[in-house]
Amino acid sequence: MITISPTLLTGCVALLCGWVVVGLAGLLRPGSLRFAGRTLFPLGALLGLALALLAGASLLGGGTERLILPVGLPDLPMHLRLDPLSSLFLLLLGASSFGISVFAGGYFRQGEGALPGLLCLQYHLFLASMGAVLLADDAYGFLVAWEVMALSSYFLVTTQHRIPEIRRAGFLYLLMAHVGAICLLLCFGVLQGGSWLFTFDAMRAAHLSPGWAAAAFLLALLGFGAKAGLVPVHVWLPEAHPAAPSPVSALMSGVMLKTAVYGMLRVGLDLLGRPVWWWGLAPLILGLLTIFYGVLFAAVQTDMKRLLAYSSIENIGIVFTGIGLTIVFEGSGLETVAALALLATLYHCLNHSFMKSLLFLGTGSVLHATGERNLGRLGGLIHRMPWVAWLTLIGTLAIAGLPPLNGFVSEWLLLQSFLFADHLPHAFVNLLIPMGMALVVLGAALAGYVMVKFYGVIFLGQPREASLAHAHDCGWLERIGLLWLALGCVALGLFPLQVIRALGAVTGQLIGAAVPQASSHWWLLAPVPGRPVSYGPLVFLTATLAVVFLTVLAVRLTYHQRVRRAPAWDCAFGGLTPRMQDTAEGFGQPIRHLFQSFFEIERELPAPADRTPRYRIAIRERIWRLAYEPLSNAVERLANAAARVQQGRISVYLLYGFVTLIVLLAVALMS
Amino acid sequence: MTHLPLDQQMLDSCAALLLLLSFAMLSQRRVVTLVNLYAVQGAVLAAATLLLAWRTGEGHLYLSAALTLALKVAFLPWLLHRLIRRLEVYWDTEPLLNVSGTMLAGLLIVVFAFALAQPIALLASTATRSAVGIAVSVVLLAFLMMITRRKAMSQVVGFLSMENGVFFGAMSASYGMPMVVELGVALDVLVAVLVLGVFFFQIRERFESLDLHHLESLKEHE
Repeated sequence: MITISPTLLTGCVALLCGWVVVGLAGLLRPGSLRFAGRTLFPLGALLGLALALLAGASLLGGGTERLILPVGLPDLPMHLRLDPLSSLFLLLLGASSFGISVFAGGYFRQGEGALPGLLCLQYHLFLASMGAVLLADDAYGFLVAWEVMALSSYFLVTTQHRIPEIRRAGFLYLLMAHVGAICLLLCFGVLQGGSWLFTFDAMRAAHLSPGWAAAAFLLALLGFGAKAGLVPVHVWLPEAHPAAPSPVSALMSGVMLKTAVYGMLRVGLDLLGRPVWWWGLAPLILGLLTIFYGVLFAAVQTDMKRLLAYSSIENIGIVFTGIGLTIVFEGSGLETVAALALLATLYHCLNHSFMKSLLFLGTGSVLHATGERNLGRLGGLIHRMPWVAWLTLIGTLAIAGLPPLNGFVSEWLLLQSFLFADHLPHAFVNLLIPMGMALVVLGAALAGYVMVKFYGVIFLGQPREASLAHAHDCGWLERIGLLWLALGCVALGLFPLQVIRALGAVTGQLIGAAVPQASSHWWLLAPVPGRPVSYGPLVFLTATLAVVFLTVLAVRLTYHQRVRRAPAWDCAFGGLTPRMQDTAEGFGQPIRHLFQSFFEIERELPAPADRTPRYRIAIRERIWRLAYEPLSNAVERLANAAARVQQGRISVYLLYGFVTLIVLLAVALMS
Repeated sequence: MTHLPLDQQMLDSCAALLLLLSFAMLSQRRVVTLVNLYAVQGAVLAAATLLLAWRTGEGHLYLSAALTLALKVAFLPWLLHRLIRRLEVYWDTEPLLNVSGTMLAGLLIVVFAFALAQPIALLASTATRSAVGIAVSVVLLAFLMMITRRKAMSQVVGFLSMENGVFFGAMSASYGMPMVVELGVALDVLVAVLVLGVFFFQIRERFESLDLHHLESLKEHE
């Protein structure tokens, strides 16, 4: 019998168990939407809030706690550990899930695919398994939790399993999840280093030869990259996110992708000990490629959830770029700069989880109010859905990287750390890495462009369809959820110093250095000693508000509300309709044109004399035809070849067994 | 020439008989005779166990012998005969490999089995260690029989005969397995035959024949 002392770790475990119980409670009345939505989801949200508080306390305390749970296979108990790194990601999980769960309580409607009780079970199991991934301290527990996470999210993605496309998207997701899991299995197999002990402590102590260590790192990059959505293993994201219900998309994009980042940090910076600098080039290059690729495809999307999925890919690119930089700097002995890059990475994870969840939930409300995901049929919703529109605006500005919101801080920190690359003691690399910065900047600029398109086409202008007049704002539970996430974005943007101080424990654990604070003012962020760079978000906010206020005042005073309303000039066209507004396709056209070689475009243009003209354009990723289709064909050919072994005759099967037996016996005889 | 004690000679003869019976089963195409041969094999096995029990004075071997007698000489052959009558399968069709070919393959297998058993026999300290080779041969010959037959009934007899070989091998290498294991194996065999009996009826009902090549149509088509 183990004695349970009330520590932070046992508290976290209890909360995870609480999630499972809440999920199981959904089965009591599986058909009741009221029970699941009004009781269980808010309850799960409160558990998430409690988890965030516990994890926050642990992060500020900076200590490490361990626990061995006697569950699992015989002689293979589950090791748990709560250290600053896992605390940070638990905080992220708890805080984001609070907003998402509250929103989900009001979101799910009757008759949408799976029963509410079942949905509640899968949802809370998903949450609990993510928590278990973050707490696991041995490869066995980690992989079990990882697989539970993949499976529960698979069922959540395929909630509306009667639609064939959704089933296909789910299958693709499951396939990629398993390819990734196999890589992780192999990675842990390498990491144990001949000791055959699968606790993380044993892996930290194992001495790997440089070749094997590099192999473990690359396997981890591929395995966690497949979950996070790193190009070229990102293909499931744009399919699965539109297929899933919006709270699930938010949870997957906002939190689940971060568990992959957590895994990458855990393996790359903790289990492998001190990394070799050139390992970092792989995540750096892939990350930069991912940023560029993700944002380009986001720019040409016309489905709002697909657009956000590609935007998630872009943000994961930023995070992996940060990881790459961290490893390059740490491997080269530049601890302080490595800490700065790691800080930017962690900060961006936190930011992205809030802003992307907020945006996905916003699209969910729009979807429910209008039944449309296609940007071409939306517009002008700010008048009909002010709550959703204004709160989503905060997320949009944040993800576009505008100060004083949170997206700006992390991207700014990342760019600052890029500027130190000339300190690297490696020829060429110290010249080439700053060029990567140009890509990050281009990505940030294009992300702004994408977000203008996203927000402008959905909420601004005039409704493109008559049916949009019936759109309604979201309910109060959904408003609370959105408000929480928006407040998170604002808080993370306005108080970067406090956040950085809390993150210091994590950088101290992984790098052994913290980012110094060069300024003595509590409101001024100056993370780079010796360089005159600083950022004061509150000052910026005050100045912006002052400028806006003065402008409004000036306009009011000058114009005295002398507004004259007159019909717009319609080029003698015979009446303007809302359909003549700029469309999502039109907005993305310059990008499509400039980067034509990246896309596989299929276009149908109407004939000039056509009475009912139709314009259709489909944009696919070239990677499908270049890599995935040949690969799947090869697998199929191989499978068919293997199927020849299956003759269907019992005699032949017996013969296989017989021959195997004889051969094995003969081998035993020879040796 | 060394003189072996009488009981040792009798044990060796039993072993030789077992091998002979295996060959007889390999060449036999009448299903009824096959079952009879199986019963005889069981009887020889029981006799060998009894001899060994008397010689070593191991109490549990008496129990094994009784079990063998009850199960393999009386109950299972009776069950199989009843099945044959109810299913009306008296003959197996032409085997996949003709009889002389099968016998030739069987010979090669026996040579191989003896080569295989040599290191085991050297390690074992039992009086019957020379019989290990025979036990392995019986197992492999039964396997060969299962491969070359078309009718499900003959394959079941092959399966049962294989179990005889395993039993004899355990006995000659280490005076039998622990009682628990032996009882477990006996129960397994019993259940297997009962289940297979049910399957026979199902297969016949579905395909109107017990010829197993009908099952080929169950294979996944390309």
